[in-house]
Amino acid sequence: MTQPLSRAAALACIVVLVLLALVPTLGSAYLVDVATEILIYALFALSLNVIIGYSGNVSFGHAAYFAIGGYVNAILLTTYGWSLLPAFVAAILASMVASGVVAYFCTRLTDIYFAMLTLAFSMFIWAVAFKWRSVTGGDDGFVGVDVPELIDSRIPFFYFTLAVVTLSTAVLWLICHSAFGRTLLAVRENVTRAGFVGIDTRLMRWSAFVVAGTFGGIAGAIFGMFHHGMYVESAFWTQSATVLIMTLLGGMFSFFGPAIGAATLFVLQRLTNEYTEFWPTVLGVILLVILLFVPDGLVGLARKIRARLGRA
Amino acid sequence: MDSLLEFIRVDIGNPGLAMLVGNPSFAFIQLMNSVSMGMYLFTIAAGLSLIFGVLKVINFAHGAFYMFGAYIVYSVTQQLELNFWLGVLAAGIGLAALAIVIERGLFQFLYDKEHLMQLLLTFAVVLILGDLAKVIWGTDQYSVSYPDGMDGALNLGVTYYPTYRLFLCIVGPAIAIGLWLFVAKTRWGRMTRAATQDREMLAALGINVPMIYTGVFIAGSALAGIGGALASPFNSPTPGMDATVIVDCFVIVIIGGLGSLWGSFFGALIYGLVYNFGSVIVPNWQDVFAFLLLMAVLLVRPWGLFGRPEAGGH
Repeated sequence: MTQPLSRAAALACIVVLVLLALVPTLGSAYLVDVATEILIYALFALSLNVIIGYSGNVSFGHAAYFAIGGYVNAILLTTYGWSLLPAFVAAILASMVASGVVAYFCTRLTDIYFAMLTLAFSMFIWAVAFKWRSVTGGDDGFVGVDVPELIDSRIPFFYFTLAVVTLSTAVLWLICHSAFGRTLLAVRENVTRAGFVGIDTRLMRWSAFVVAGTFGGIAGAIFGMFHHGMYVESAFWTQSATVLIMTLLGGMFSFFGPAIGAATLFVLQRLTNEYTEFWPTVLGVILLVILLFVPDGLVGLARKIRARLGRA
Repeated sequence: MDSLLEFIRVDIGNPGLAMLVGNPSFAFIQLMNSVSMGMYLFTIAAGLSLIFGVLKVINFAHGAFYMFGAYIVYSVTQQLELNFWLGVLAAGIGLAALAIVIERGLFQFLYDKEHLMQLLLTFAVVLILGDLAKVIWGTDQYSVSYPDGMDGALNLGVTYYPTYRLFLCIVGPAIAIGLWLFVAKTRWGRMTRAATQDREMLAALGINVPMIYTGVFIAGSALAGIGGALASPFNSPTPGMDATVIVDCFVIVIIGGLGSLWGSFFGALIYGLVYNFGSVIVPNWQDVFAFLLLMAVLLVRPWGLFGRPEAGGH
C-alpha cells in the first residue's frame, strides 16, 4: 500500500480505464447503467477507506456525506436552477463542511464510541432529510432532478461519471500516498507512538474524516443525477453498513481494494435479486464469510494465493 | 379511551409552548408521555448497555431482538389468542433461547477479535434475522391490543391518563432497581462486575467466565425482547422497526454513558423528555432534538453523563 504505483499496477489501471471507456460500444444500455452505478459505488467505497484503511477508525455513518452531496447538488440544480459546475462544487463544499463539523465531535472519541457516534450523526442528517419536507421532499424523495442537457442521456452521463470518478480516484491516491497518508498509517498502527513523535493524532483523524466525507459527497452528487432523484434511504445507517461491507469485501489494506469490493458486491446484488428477495441474508452470509475466513478481503486473498503460487 | 388518545394526539399537533405553560394537565400528560416512552426505551437500552459492560460488544442485533419480542406478542395474543402477559413472558423466554443459540453459535468466537469485526458480525446477524422475521411474519403491519384491564384511563387528580402507559412508568424503575440490586447485592452480580474488570483474574479464581458471558447475553437479550413486547400495543410490529430502535438506544447509551445502568435509565428519561416536549414546542422535529442533545452532552462529557473516560493507550 505504501509503495508508489508500480509499473504493473499502472498498466492495470490503464487497462481497466480503457475497458471501461469501451463499455458503451457494446451497445447494451443495461451494461452502461451497471457500469455507471459501479463507478459511483467504487468512489463511495474508496472514500470510506480513507477513514478505515488509512486512519484505522470505523465510520458507521458514511452515507450521510453521500446524501448531503446528493441532496445539495440536486436541490441547487433543480429548485434554484444553478448550472452544473457551481452546484457540483457547492455540493462538494457542503459535504466537506458537514464532515468537518461531525468529525470535530467524533474524533473526541475512538474505537467503538467513534463508530457509534458516526452512526448517530448520520441519523441526525437522515432525520433532517426526512423532516425538512419543503426542501428535501421528505420520505417521498427529491424527485425530478434537472440534469444539465449536456449529460442528460445515458452514454454522455457514463463518460461524465467515468471522468469525475477517475479524477477523484487519482486525487485520493495522491492524498493517501503523500506524507499525509503515511502519517495516517502511523496513527492507525499505533496512536500512542504517533503522538509521541509529535503528530497531532486527533487532527490527522479529523482530516482523514473530512477527505472521506468530501469524496463521499462527490459520489452522492453523481448518484442523485444518475437516478434523477435523492431518497432518504441513501442517508439511512444501513446504507453506511453496505458501503462498509463493500470496503471490507475488497480489502481495506489496499488502495484499490474497496473499488473491487464495490463492483463485486453490486454485481452479486443484481444477480441475487433476479433469483430471490432474500438479498439481506445473502449479504449477511457474505459478511460472515469475509469476517471469519477472509479478513483481508478479496485483494488480501489474491495476495495470499499469489504468494503461495510463487513459493510452489 | 379513544377520545382520550385523540385528545392527546390533537394537542401534540398544536403550537405548544403556550399550552404547556397555560394548561397544567396538558403539561402533565406530556411529562407522563415522556416518562413512559423513556421507560420502555430504557428496558431495551439497559440490555444493550449491560451486554456492552461485560462482553464489550455493541450488539447491532439488539434492535432485531426487540422486533422479535414485539412479533412474538402478536403471535401469542392474536394468532394463539392467549393472554398479553403470556405473550410478554414468551417474548422474554423466546429471546433468551435465541440469545443462547447466537452467543454459543457465533458471538463466543468474537470476544478476542477487533471491535470492528465484532460490530460487523452483529450486523450480519441483523441482516439474517430481518429476513427470518419476514419469513415468519411477512411484511404486514400488525396491531396488538392493550392487555385486559389496561385499555382504559385512570383519574390521577390532575387529569386522566392511559392505564397502560402508567404501568410502563412503574415497570421501568422496577426493572432498574431489580437490575441494580442483582448487580450490586448478589453473588452472580459480583461475578458479573468482576468480569467487567478483569476477565483473566476471574477465570484464574476458578469462575466459569464463558458462562457469565452467556448469562449476561441472555439477560440483556431477554430485556430487548420484553421491551419489544411491552412496546407492541403502541408500536405496531412491522419490518424495519429494528433499525430505528437501535439508533434510539445508541443515542440513549451514549448520552448516559456506555455500560452504566443508571446512565441508560436517566439517558432514556432525558431522551423521552426531549422527544415529547420537543414535539410540542416545534412539532415534527423531535428526532432532531434528540441528536442536538447528544451533541451538547458530548461537548461537555464525551464519555456520557454516567460513564467513565476511556482508558488511555489504545
